[in-house]
Amino acid sequence: MAFLHDMRFRAYFYQIVAIGFVALIGWTMFSTASGNLAKQNIATGFDFLTRPAGFVITESAIAFEQTDTVGRAILVGIANTVKVSLLAAIFGTVLGLGVGIARLSHNPLLARLALVYVELLRNVPLLLYLFLWYSLIILILPPVKQALHLLPGVYLSNSGLVVPAALVESGGLALLACLLGGAVAALVIRIISTRRRVTTGQSNHGGLIALAVLVLPALLLWLANGVAVSWDFPTAGKFRLTGGLHVRPEFVALLFGLALSVSANVAEIVRAGIQAVNKGQWEASAALGLSRGKAMRLVVLPQALRIIIPPLTNTYLTVFKNSSLAIAIGYPDLVMVSNTVMNQTGQAIETIAIFMGVYLTLSIAISLLMNWYNAHVALRER
Amino acid sequence: MTDVQALALAPPQPAPSAARLGKLSAYFGTPGNTIISIASIVAIVFVAKLAIGWLFIDAVFSGNGEACKGVGGACWPFVAQKLRYMLFGFYPYDEQWRPLSALLLLFGACLFSMMPRFWSRGLLIAWIVVILPVLYILMAGGVFGLTPVATSNWGGLPLSFMLSFVGLTLALPLGIVLALARASNLPAIRVLAVGFIEIVRGVPLISILFMATVMLPLFMPDGVTIDKLLRAQVAIILFASAYIAEIVRGGLQDVPAGQVEAGKSLGLHYWQVMRKIVLPQALKKVIPPMVGLFIGFFQDTTLVTIVGLVDFLDTVRSAIRDPGWQGIAVLEGYLVAAAVYFTFSALMGAYSRFLEKHFRTTHA
Repeated sequence: MAFLHDMRFRAYFYQIVAIGFVALIGWTMFSTASGNLAKQNIATGFDFLTRPAGFVITESAIAFEQTDTVGRAILVGIANTVKVSLLAAIFGTVLGLGVGIARLSHNPLLARLALVYVELLRNVPLLLYLFLWYSLIILILPPVKQALHLLPGVYLSNSGLVVPAALVESGGLALLACLLGGAVAALVIRIISTRRRVTTGQSNHGGLIALAVLVLPALLLWLANGVAVSWDFPTAGKFRLTGGLHVRPEFVALLFGLALSVSANVAEIVRAGIQAVNKGQWEASAALGLSRGKAMRLVVLPQALRIIIPPLTNTYLTVFKNSSLAIAIGYPDLVMVSNTVMNQTGQAIETIAIFMGVYLTLSIAISLLMNWYNAHVALRER
Repeated sequence: MTDVQALALAPPQPAPSAARLGKLSAYFGTPGNTIISIASIVAIVFVAKLAIGWLFIDAVFSGNGEACKGVGGACWPFVAQKLRYMLFGFYPYDEQWRPLSALLLLFGACLFSMMPRFWSRGLLIAWIVVILPVLYILMAGGVFGLTPVATSNWGGLPLSFMLSFVGLTLALPLGIVLALARASNLPAIRVLAVGFIEIVRGVPLISILFMATVMLPLFMPDGVTIDKLLRAQVAIILFASAYIAEIVRGGLQDVPAGQVEAGKSLGLHYWQVMRKIVLPQALKKVIPPMVGLFIGFFQDTTLVTIVGLVDFLDTVRSAIRDPGWQGIAVLEGYLVAAAVYFTFSALMGAYSRFLEKHFRTTHA
C-alpha cells in the first residue's frame, strides 16, 4: 500500500474526486431538470429568441416594436443596462472626484460636509435610495393631466420630463464626418503641442487650437445651413403627451441613485489615493512656486491615479452589476426584460443563462479595459 | 557645523499673521475659503431649518391617516402605529416576543464576539453549534412548547439580520476552503475554484437570487420542495463565499512563503500547516476588510424583496402602501428604514476602524 503515501498519486486522486463530484452534481441536475421540463411541457433550446416578443418596452435605447423578436427585446435590455451604467459611471466619477478633493480641503466645514455626504450614501442600501427617489418623483410632481408647462414644448409631470426632440433630416452624415474629422485633427494637434512643450519647456496654446479644430468645422457647416433639423414638439392629449423626447422617472431615479452611490465610492477612493501620495510631492511643488490647485492637478493627481485605478475598476464593475436593481422600480434593463421573457415563455434556464452570460462577458470586458488603462498609466520602472 | 547648530537653536520665526486669528483662519483665512465657509454655513442652516420644521414644528403627533393628510410635516402616528409591523412583519402578534428575544440574543452574541480578546476557534464553533440553532428554534418553534411558525410568516428586521449574519457565518468556512483551493498546487482544484469565484463575482446578486428562486425548483426531483427562505439564504451564502474567498486570498498572499516551508520542514502535512500556521496569520489580517464586506452584505440583503421575501425594507414598503396611510407617510417610512440601516452600518464601520487601529498598535 506504499502508493497511498505517494504525493503524486494523492494529487491525482484528489483532483479526480473533485472533478467527479462536480460532474456528478451537474449530471444529476441536468437529468432531473430535463425530466421536469418534459413533464411540465416547457420547451427547451433557444428557438424562442426568434419569436415575436408581443410586449411593450417603455424605454429603449435602440428602436423596438411589439412585433420585434424576443432576441431584439433582450438586446434592448442590454442597451438600456449599458446606457444607464455608463452615464452613472461618468456623472458619479466627476461628482466623486469633487467630493473626494473636498474631503481633503483645509476648510474643516467643507471637509466635514463631504464626510457626511459620503457616510449618508455608503451606510444606507442603494435599493432603499432607489425606492425613495422614485417615490419622491411620483409624489412631488403633478399627474400628467396637470403637467407643469415649463417652457414651450417642455412638460414636467410624474410620468417624466418631455422635451422637443430634434430630428436631423439631412446633412447628418456631413455633420458626423465634420465632428469625427475634427476630433482626429484635435487629437493630433494636442499630441504635437504636448511633445513640443516637453522638448522646449514653453507653454503653447495647443489645447485651445485643438478645441477650435474640433468645434469650428461643425459650427461652420451648421451656419452655412448644411444641416436641416426639424423639431418634434410634444402635444398635450387628454391623458398623455404624445411626441417629443420622453425622459422617464424610472430612468431618472435609477441614474440618480446609481450616480450618487458611485460618487460616494469614488470620493473615498480618490481621498485614499491622494493621501497615499508622498507629502514631499506637495512640498516640492510648493517650493517650485506652484499653487495648491496646480500642484494637485499637475503633480499629485497623476501619481494618485496609479493607486486609484484598481479600486476604481471595482467601482465600475459594481455599478454595472447594481444597475440590475432597475427591476425594483421598473426600468427595463436586461434583468427586467429577461424576467418578462421568462414569465412569458417559462424557459427560465435559458433566459437566466443568457443574462448571466451577458453580465459575465461585459464584466470581463470592463476588467480587461481597465487593466489595459492601468498598464498604460503604471509607473515604468527601469 | 556651527551654521547648522545656529539654525537649530534659532528662535522660532514669528508666525504668519493669519495664524494669530487662531482657529478662525481655517475658515476665513483666504477670500476663497471665506466664500466656501459662508456657502457651507448657509447650506447647513437651510437643511437644519427644513429638517426641524418637518420633524417637529409642522409635524402631526397624534391621530390617524386622516389627520396627516395635506400636512407639510412628519406624520409620527404612522411610525408609532406601524413600527411593530415594520419590525416583525406577519409574525403572529402574540408570539412576537420570540423574534424580539432572538434579535436581542443576536445583538448580545455579536457584542461579545466583537471583542478581540474573546476570539478563538471555539467562538466560531459556538456560533454554528449553539447560537444559530437557538435563534432558529426561537424563530421556528415546534419544540419546548413553542408554537411552530412557518418561515413564510417570518419577516422584518429579524429576517434581514438573519439573512446577513447566518449568510456570513456559514459563508466564512466555505470561503476559506475556496481560497485554499484557489491557492492550491493541484491544477484541477484551482481551476474549479477560480471558475466558481469569478462567475459568482461577475454577475449581480439579483441574478443568483433569481436562479435560487426560479431556476432551482426545476432541478429538484419530484416532490422535493425547498423552502423559499432557505433558497434565498443558500444563494446569499454562495454569493458571499466567493467574495470572502477573494479577501482571504489576499491574507494568504501576505503570509511569507517561509512560514509554509518552515512548517513542512517540521514534518507537518498540508492541513496541519494551513490550520496551525498559515490560516491563523492570514485570517487575522483580513478581519477589518471582512467587516467592511459585512456592511455591504447587510445592505445587499434588501435585494430579497425583489424575489418576494418579507425583509425589513419590504415591511416598511408595505406599511407605506397600507390603504389607511397610502401616499401620506412615504418619506416617514423610508426615513425610518434609512435610519435603522444607517445606524447599524455606521456602527460596524466604526468597529472596522477600531479593529484596524487595534491591529496597528498591538501587532496582534
